Amino acid sequence: MRIGLFIPCYVDAVYPEVGTATWKLLRHLGLDVSYPENQTCCGQPMANAGFESQAVPLARKFEDKFRDFDYIVAPSVSCTAFVRLNYERLLKGHECRTAAKAMDVVEFLHDVVKPTGPLGRFPHKVSLHNSCHGVRELGLSSPSEQNIPAFNKIKDLLALVEGIEVVEPERPDECCGFGGMFSVEEKAVSARMGRDKVLRHIATGAEYVTGPDSACLMHLSGVAKKQGLEIGFKHVVEILAAGL
Amino acid sequence: MSTLHSEKAKAFLQDEAYSQWHDNTFWSVRTKRDTMARGLPEWEQLREKASAIKRHTVTHLDEYLDQFATNAEKNGVIVHWAADAAEFNETVYGILKEHGVRKMVKSKSMLTEECEMNPYLEARGIEVVETDLGERIIQLKGQKPSHIVMPAIHLNHDDVGELFEEKGISDEKGNHDPTYLTYRARLSLRNEFLTADAGMTGANFGIAATGDIVVCTNEGNADMSTSCPKLHIAAIGLEKVIPDYECLAVFQRMLCRAGTGQPTTTYTSHFRKARAKDAEMHIILVDNGRSDWVGNPDHWEVLKCIRCGSCMNTCPVYRRSGGYSYSYFIPGPVGINLGMLRNPREHSGNVSACTLCLSCQSVCPVKIDLGDQVYKWRQELRALGAANKGKKALCDAMSLMFGSSGLYRTATAVSPLLNILPHGLVHSGVNPWAEGHEMMEFPKKPFHSIFKDLEKE
Repeated sequence: MRIGLFIPCYVDAVYPEVGTATWKLLRHLGLDVSYPENQTCCGQPMANAGFESQAVPLARKFEDKFRDFDYIVAPSVSCTAFVRLNYERLLKGHECRTAAKAMDVVEFLHDVVKPTGPLGRFPHKVSLHNSCHGVRELGLSSPSEQNIPAFNKIKDLLALVEGIEVVEPERPDECCGFGGMFSVEEKAVSARMGRDKVLRHIATGAEYVTGPDSACLMHLSGVAKKQGLEIGFKHVVEILAAGL
Repeated sequence: MSTLHSEKAKAFLQDEAYSQWHDNTFWSVRTKRDTMARGLPEWEQLREKASAIKRHTVTHLDEYLDQFATNAEKNGVIVHWAADAAEFNETVYGILKEHGVRKMVKSKSMLTEECEMNPYLEARGIEVVETDLGERIIQLKGQKPSHIVMPAIHLNHDDVGELFEEKGISDEKGNHDPTYLTYRARLSLRNEFLTADAGMTGANFGIAATGDIVVCTNEGNADMSTSCPKLHIAAIGLEKVIPDYECLAVFQRMLCRAGTGQPTTTYTSHFRKARAKDAEMHIILVDNGRSDWVGNPDHWEVLKCIRCGSCMNTCPVYRRSGGYSYSYFIPGPVGINLGMLRNPREHSGNVSACTLCLSCQSVCPVKIDLGDQVYKWRQELRALGAANKGKKALCDAMSLMFGSSGLYRTATAVSPLLNILPHGLVHSGVNPWAEGHEMMEFPKKPFHSIFKDLEKE
């Protein structure tokens, strides 16, 4: 099983520690993982803003780099969802071998690797941030809107972490208001949604917010800092890999 | 970088307490809806079934409309067809004029809002009285609905109390007790029902197999509007027709649960024919763009909408920006999409009002892909000449940078420099991110540089 590590642009540029934790975690689990060089962006920011055609050359580049792997694993639900749900259409007329193999690291660990032993150690109370595209596009947890049996793959994995206490905020899968270009085009609503979300995380009494997408966390931490609200932010993989 | 919606939303959020109240009010409706949805173990199957019925009906609309009209006519109902809003208004006026109507009472209808019927009739000397309490309030206030199911939700009891004093509906000054205000509204409306010459209703459903129309209300005002006057005119959009009563049973279980979190509306009124010898019932079937939308490969599924309003209640942007921040008369996720179908140039300013969180399509009882459709509309803005220039420039720059590994490496190598720039410079008006956020701290090295060391470990 050959795994290609996909580190999205903003994780690469702003949160390299999330890339490092993902690498270490996958290696710790004895997996054959490699990191193709010269990756940039999947094209999601431009596409969501209405310029999908600008994502096409990036999709081709992605396809070239990743098509031969058995799995393409990324620590980011929205980038993964973008590849999985859009690349076949964007590459129309060309073979697309990456879309079906792209997985977020949480679902990859949960559904494919299925670790049972203890992972990292993180003796803290954390509040779970269920990112929209993880919930409603990748199915990491049961959407609160739907009447289906409740499940949460992030919670299942965090249960393998020593010393952790996991809680969820009120309105556990309401959007945080990032939305890519939304955050600069609809600044006022975005900032209000972000503040509401941070306050609900703080209300749980948690020391950290953790989630499967650093973009949501980047937005929330930026809003928290601007408004003087104190709480820490960690990507799920940083907690799973803590101390490994 | 802003849009018409974002500017209005910003103004809406200025009033901190009010905007919080607005968000909490609609979230509580969403919560009630969740309780109802969870009360039916077959809820998700019902959604699937409801979607399938609508997909079938909308794609066989000609057959069902024909069946509906034929059966209605067999029942003695006079059926009219209106190609657009103008023809609808003319048809209504024609019927009213023929009967010498001076006053018409009406129950709630978003279709008459769509066709701007009230001002058309009022300009021709006909008094139109809304009888749904929320609609009556905003009619007296000279406003438009801010929500399709709860049209006056943006007003509180003091607003209503003052309005009723001003209009002479209540006579105890300063008594803004909701029970008292409702009582006064009832007295006032009673008089309107008794003195009206015609009654108009909308229709939630038209039943092709029988020619019936079905109207769901909580106030019984559709029944009052049709029980007093002898003339009943029903306005119905083409897409409201469904095959039969078995299909109605599916929607009837969902409409109110999804919309207001009640198991059903207080009244579900079925109208089949005029009630007495000398009474008349007219049905006006209105197209007004719908038959074109059926042929739109990306957006036709919006026609499945049963106007429950649940996409508005769940939308985090609607809850924090209010109905009036949208340029189309229907706000929220379905309103963004309907507005774009109606007139994309006029309503493209609403397309920004979406984070693509997809809660709307997860909640929608007929499974319309509302968020995915907003994504598709965004792709069309450039061709419409409505793309935001600043946003396009930003995307062009990103496209250039991400398209070239060399440029991208350079950008990530110099980004830590942002950390040491003066705060005032990074947080100046040029950087839209910094208005709501403190800037992120860029790491000394991006992951692709660190990786070389990691690999050696």
